[in-house]
Amino acid sequence: MKKQLLELTINGRTHELASEPNALLLDVLRVDLGLTGSKRGCDDSSCGACTVMVDGTPMLSCTLLAASCEGQSITTIEGISEHGSLAAIQKAYGDWGGAQCGYCTPGFIITVKHLLAENPDPKDEDIRSALSSNLCRCTGYTQMYQAIKAAIDAEKKGLASM
Amino acid sequence: MTDNRRPTTTFSTIGKSVAMIDAAEKTTGAGKYADDLSLPGMLIGKILHSPYPHARIKSIDTSRAEALEGVIAVVIGPDAPNPFGILPVGHDEHALALDKVRYVGDNVACVVAVSESIAEKALELVDVEYELLPAYFDPEESMRAETDLIHDNKPHNVEKDYHHAFGDPEKAFAEADYVAEGRFLANEVTHAAMEPHSTLASFELDPHTGKPGRLIVWSSTQVPYYLQHKLSLVLEMPMQQIRVIKPLVGGGFGGKSEVIPLEIIAAIAARKAKAPVKITYTREEVFWAHRGRPRTIVDLKTAVKNDGRITAVKARVVQDGGAYCSYGVVTILYSGALLGALYDIPNIQYDGYRVLTNKPACGAMRGHGTVNVRFAFESQLDEIAAHLKLDPAEIRRRNLLQPPCITINGLRVQSYGLPECIDQVVTRAKWTERKGKLPKNRGLGIACSHYVSGAANSIIRSDMPHSTVNIKIDRDGGVVVYTGASDIGQGSDTMVAQVTAEVLGCSLSRVHVVAADTDLTPIDIGSYSSRVTFMNGNATLRAAEEVKKQIAAAAAKKMGCAPEDLAFRDDSVKKSSITTDALVASALSTQPSVSGRVEGQILRGSLQQKRKDEGPKDSMSFEEAVVAAIDFHGALTGTGSYAPPPEARGGKHKGAGVGPSPAYSYSAQVAEVTVDEDTGEVTVHKVWAAHDCGRALNPVSVEGQVIGSVWMGMGQALTEEMVWKNGMLMNPGLLEYRSPSSVESPEVEAIIVESIDPEGPFGAKESSEGSLAATIPAISNAIYDAVGVRLHECPFTPERVLAALRTKKSAKSLNLTEGVDPTSPVRFREHGGALWFKGKGPERHALDPARRTIHAEGGAD
Repeated sequence: MKKQLLELTINGRTHELASEPNALLLDVLRVDLGLTGSKRGCDDSSCGACTVMVDGTPMLSCTLLAASCEGQSITTIEGISEHGSLAAIQKAYGDWGGAQCGYCTPGFIITVKHLLAENPDPKDEDIRSALSSNLCRCTGYTQMYQAIKAAIDAEKKGLASM
Repeated sequence: MTDNRRPTTTFSTIGKSVAMIDAAEKTTGAGKYADDLSLPGMLIGKILHSPYPHARIKSIDTSRAEALEGVIAVVIGPDAPNPFGILPVGHDEHALALDKVRYVGDNVACVVAVSESIAEKALELVDVEYELLPAYFDPEESMRAETDLIHDNKPHNVEKDYHHAFGDPEKAFAEADYVAEGRFLANEVTHAAMEPHSTLASFELDPHTGKPGRLIVWSSTQVPYYLQHKLSLVLEMPMQQIRVIKPLVGGGFGGKSEVIPLEIIAAIAARKAKAPVKITYTREEVFWAHRGRPRTIVDLKTAVKNDGRITAVKARVVQDGGAYCSYGVVTILYSGALLGALYDIPNIQYDGYRVLTNKPACGAMRGHGTVNVRFAFESQLDEIAAHLKLDPAEIRRRNLLQPPCITINGLRVQSYGLPECIDQVVTRAKWTERKGKLPKNRGLGIACSHYVSGAANSIIRSDMPHSTVNIKIDRDGGVVVYTGASDIGQGSDTMVAQVTAEVLGCSLSRVHVVAADTDLTPIDIGSYSSRVTFMNGNATLRAAEEVKKQIAAAAAKKMGCAPEDLAFRDDSVKKSSITTDALVASALSTQPSVSGRVEGQILRGSLQQKRKDEGPKDSMSFEEAVVAAIDFHGALTGTGSYAPPPEARGGKHKGAGVGPSPAYSYSAQVAEVTVDEDTGEVTVHKVWAAHDCGRALNPVSVEGQVIGSVWMGMGQALTEEMVWKNGMLMNPGLLEYRSPSSVESPEVEAIIVESIDPEGPFGAKESSEGSLAATIPAISNAIYDAVGVRLHECPFTPERVLAALRTKKSAKSLNLTEGVDPTSPVRFREHGGALWFKGKGPERHALDPARRTIHAEGGAD
């Protein structure tokens, strides 16, 4: 299939690349742009490891055509850390055992980032249901809840000290 | 983030919760997993899999595929005919099928092309002519097979069977007050790690001959050493010509603890195509690679006295092992060895059968070999307690071992924290106050389990230590640890760094770990049987002690005291006789400055050099002490290794090699569930899990392992099941193979119990497999407490719970279930999906060649 010119805005930078019309966003990110943080964990968009933010909404990049994302602002895990240091949620996932093998972690952090943007102080059930479309096989999710609460507190303290 | 629930120890970093040293790599997505890697000129490999469960390969024509533009090479069986397999007694696999295929998904050919899409297209151009053979799917039928055996050298399709008798079981059964008997069925589950297998293989050009020279393989593996060994067997290359590098691994759970076909195929393809080749499994291929937990039939008899004392156990275990040996011989032995090692059981009769069937091979999965028999044993023990009107917790307390002791089947038990684990969960769950007094349909269940802290006998028998670690400290004061331990997400790199930092008294940020690269790191036999903390941790401890001795000797000379007088702590070396506060004033602070930069190399004429030359003083910075030592030796190096002691290697009976371990971890759990009598759904509200891990080196990490084990056990208990129909896996996807999401996952309270093992590093034992097995019987016992039905078949899906409830209400059990009642199951059902129906399975596609030529149903269905 003939490649087409494609312009994608990813983590605030615009990339112009030639890719086939049927190219999936996940493969363009991983292979063409070397942004290997988003992962493929399944064949049928059931695991959430490929979650990226498209115009502020978490989307499965394994079932998105790259061509359909032209003109939209895409954020991958590589774009989460702020000005070089870890975002609160990233630090908390490390400290509280939210990440063991880490393969599902990028997808979860994008999902949690969106959850906290929508609902800065979520109750337990809100967290559980928000995370239910991302699968993890190591942690049993319990320590992720602790990490999220720790990140919320850190954000509050951070804002308080500002 | 201090962990305040446990007694504070005098250690500097051991016992403190520490973030994993590679946490930032994972939370930023910067860390590289195998599929994230690529090389210039890299080709992509795609594997052609067998659509038939049992068929002879009459011919393979690759010409059409090779003619497709972009295809570089097509690899088939004869390209690498040497057999391999994880067990020396089980070298029955070929990277690509030679004469016949033995399961749906078996590997037939591999196309190597410039892109994945071209490789996939070319797969359809490989013409394979099959001759269908009768296939065996049910283990008990397969055991009676006379003809068309799966492996010609395995009569009756039995890979291996063992028959052990310890003590005098017959006599004990005759004299028993009560004998409970029952058949238990555990259906098939798999690891389903989030990261599909991936391997990149590349040959370096031999500088002299220009031909392919050394082979480098990056692979998602738990056992780099065994991979290196099998690659050398199949490729006929010396091991030192092969370099295996383990990048970050996205979960293993045993699914990557042996050599998986793609790893060998990638190497053969790289040699044939003379270019780097990467193969990454799709999720479906991961299910076909499998190596998960075999579905198992357990016929169990337990003899007890009226006071609840167990006098004998008789178990017949049949494992549906799939088409190849894999870990089969070990799995069947573990089931027998560890069945009798949790409690004090004086007489044991064990008959274990590992049977071959035309299904993907089963291997090692978390809790390897012990989970299904523990489900049977702890359920039956609960039935006995009900019969004798004893409290289920109490009957367990009456059968505890009295350590230190040797069990009847020759297993040495030293630290045994099970009593405290039971006490902890009984109190925290308010067991005595609430048991039997909960609202309708809500119940509590208790169960225990345990696991080895590393197999005492390695798979490839040799006198070589199981783990060796090297440490190097040079003039920059940085500590580099070279370990063969394979971190698969359980945090072994962090454990190695913590142990090193504790011994040398230096900060964790000073320690850099180089792991699992066969060119750089000494041999460690791998991450399986929960051996890494115990064995690699001990090797690290000894290597660090060796280096410390050199530093202490030099520092002692400088400070005019005996080396034993020196305390290594907080990046400094102090005379321990002088109280620390007196030293604080004069201590030379080399704490990391605000920017995190620690003092660099000590140069001639620098401030530190002047201080070094001054006379004796009461303390030196770690770096000064290192430099002082380097002046004598040059770079400091230390080597430590570990091999389990002879007395921990088990008895002499046939098959005694599997089961012995230097130490065992113990777990007790209470589960609280509610059963909806209308829908059959089981909701697990909470699981209290107490785990005896000897000593928690890193509490947050230990809790993560315990919670992860309980959660994986719950998945097998409630939702996970591989569904088969005529050898076809009906649910090869994460949507249908229902690994629980956050909504279905219970709250788990992990309780750390520390029995301080005499031989573990700082007293530590394993914590990542022992807590899985108990969850399944804890839930089935809680279901009994809630609605009074004993489920003998897991997972306890709504269909099974409903069928059991209907049978209990003595309504004629609806023929919805082929007449099988899960409270007394008979055989595995081959059903086409969640709902059981008696109709035929899905028809093969109209154009499927099998439908056109072979009408007679070949299977022994």
